[in-house]
Amino acid sequence: MPKVVVDVMPKPEILDPQGKAVLGALPRLGFTGVSEVRQGKRFELEVEGEVTEEVRARIEHLAATLLSNPVIESYAVHVEGEPA
Amino acid sequence: MRVGVVTFPGSLDDVDARRAVGLGGHEAVALWHGDADLRGVDAVVLPGGFSYGDYLRCGAISRFAPVMGEVLTAAEKGMPVLGICNGFQVLCESHLLPGALIRNDHQRFVCRDQRLRMERVDTPWTSAYDAGQEVTIVLKNGEGGYVADDATLDRIEGEGQVVARYLDLNPNGSLRDIAGVSNARGNVVGLMPHPEHAVEALTGSGTDGLGFFTSLAAAAFA
Repeated sequence: MPKVVVDVMPKPEILDPQGKAVLGALPRLGFTGVSEVRQGKRFELEVEGEVTEEVRARIEHLAATLLSNPVIESYAVHVEGEPA
Repeated sequence: MRVGVVTFPGSLDDVDARRAVGLGGHEAVALWHGDADLRGVDAVVLPGGFSYGDYLRCGAISRFAPVMGEVLTAAEKGMPVLGICNGFQVLCESHLLPGALIRNDHQRFVCRDQRLRMERVDTPWTSAYDAGQEVTIVLKNGEGGYVADDATLDRIEGEGQVVARYLDLNPNGSLRDIAGVSNARGNVVGLMPHPEHAVEALTGSGTDGLGFFTSLAAAAFA
């Protein structure tokens, strides 16, 4: 079954407290050379049948309404195996 | 007035909200998230809690509950709607209110008696207060940081849509110390602190929250 991936990230201008907490933990693990961490979400949707333009458009709508909040997040949709 | 209080899966403060509605002089009507029916109420409260376990984003799944379709339609016609804490998150997710709530900047849950300054007092939920009045209302949240882009913040400040602002200390990183906002018309109000927990001397830090529930009477006869 084809898999459609929706990546959701906090917008650059929105504070990301989780990413900041992860960044703060890195030096404690002796991990250096990282200047910023942003934490997002990845959704994998297994689609029945082919990923037609119509299916893709519906997933785009889903991504824009439920999977992300456009006020604070951006999203990107790609079909696994295809270039993002 | 008949005031509906919605219960979502994971709502915590629906019973307290119904009690506060009663203390405010109104009849509380329990509404169920799964019913696309407002049972003829005159106003709606979306209570605090962790609807759907805060999965996805706080309020994101509740926003699509059957009852919310009715709430959105009624709100657009001018029905008073108050969202408290998780209810505020649901209203922002519904885009009935501008902005969004994100995780507290300090990453910890906060629970405290919070000083606030009331700013917009011409709404059906806040008319019992004086503009600039300072009140203490308990606050408890993990994701209460109010954010919006600068243009939106400038607009809501310019239009007088900021309902309440944090005083003394900003408990969650909310931009411009914003604790509560309204829509342009003023019938929809959301805030992070919990006025329904500040209505009786026996169980709260005082009764400063009662005004949110007594204001409705003035709205009814306006």
